[in-house]
Amino acid sequence: MSEVIVITSGKGGVGKTTTSANLGAALASLGKSVVLIDADIGLRNLDVVMGLENRIVYHLVDVVEGYCRLNQALIKDKRFDNLCLLPAAQTKDKTAVTPDQMRQLCKELKAEFDFVLVDSPAGIEQGFKNAIAGADTAIIVATPEVSSVRDADRIIGLLEAESMPPPRLICNRIRPAMVRRGDMLGISDILDILAIELLGVVPDDESIVVSTNRGEPAALSQGSRAGVAFRNIARRVLGEDVPFMNLDETNGFLGRLKRMFGSTR
Amino acid sequence: MLELIQRLFLREGSASKDVAKERLRMVLVHDRATVAPHVWEALKVDLIRVISRYLDIDEASMDVQLQTEKDAVALVASIPVRRVKRGPLPGGGEALGPGVGAAP
Ligand SMILES: Nc1ncnc2c1ncn2[C@@H]1O[C@H](COP(=O)(O)OP(=O)(O)OP(=O)(O)O)[C@@H](O)[C@H]1O
Ligand SMILES: [Mg+2]
Repeated sequence: MSEVIVITSGKGGVGKTTTSANLGAALASLGKSVVLIDADIGLRNLDVVMGLENRIVYHLVDVVEGYCRLNQALIKDKRFDNLCLLPAAQTKDKTAVTPDQMRQLCKELKAEFDFVLVDSPAGIEQGFKNAIAGADTAIIVATPEVSSVRDADRIIGLLEAESMPPPRLICNRIRPAMVRRGDMLGISDILDILAIELLGVVPDDESIVVSTNRGEPAALSQGSRAGVAFRNIARRVLGEDVPFMNLDETNGFLGRLKRMFGSTR
Repeated sequence: MLELIQRLFLREGSASKDVAKERLRMVLVHDRATVAPHVWEALKVDLIRVISRYLDIDEASMDVQLQTEKDAVALVASIPVRRVKRGPLPGGGEALGPGVGAAP
């Protein structure tokens, strides 16, 4: 059973591309065949995050316009034979592709791969509509900020209007110390507001910056906390019941004090 | 006692995430109070149909909107009535269901 999953957010810069790269790598490391589609036409990024920027010959728009065959445009990952990237065009704009063409493309790739992950551009216009066109399900990425959660809510509404099944949420860039201090929205706050299923929690982690510098997804490096989070997410996508990293709970001095006094707050 | 300590350490009550959550809640009350145009049209047509059973209304001057107050949303309709209809309901046997439309 293959699945086309779009990774989207509304707000820009919250971690869609990072999530696409890491989820793709993690699924591949678990033995699944995966193709990543960079649907951010005109602002191609996924190639650099994956470290594959030097191998690009053809791109998505070439395929759609018939300049090359689909298989010619697919770039094999350096680390996994079962992981491929279909890069975005850098010089075209979003209107170079239609939702119908994306639907067709996803259908063809779905026949060949276990997972088709679509990295959506920010916004709710044509690029977003293209990205969700061929998707069976959606993953929404949000950071613990008012603007990001608000945009996520809007996206949930738009997906519902498209009759897509309820999306699942990844909370990215959580800073446990700030949550504990009461200076950052916690997972439970965000879930209260959005009322959707939680797929994963990814901490704000320097290792993401380092791995992005190197072009190697953090999900593949053992020491990275964000990497562990992405590997857990991949296992949940495969249907495994993996407990969430406990980042929300009050630990530290106050937490111990609360437990001592048997406080339920 | 614990409250006091909490207030000292957490500045509880002024924790910025509580402010963020409340602001989010408010802003979403407004964001979510939008109805797709085709749904809105369907709602108006249905409203007119039901009300016209009892009242002769001026459809052209009717004004229906969603109003968002501080933290609540209301459907507010202003529908000029030309005349209250008397006698049996138009359409005769067309029942609206038990208890509804029992005209004097
Ligand atoms: N968990 C994290 N910890 C630290 N840095 C992160 C994390 N997630 C993302 N970032 C950083 O945030 C920036 C934006 O991430 P990314 O490009 O994945 O976002 P995006 O949603 O794809 O953006 P766009 O909307 O422009 O496509 C990058 O510099 C990335 O390295
Ligand atoms: Mg991106």
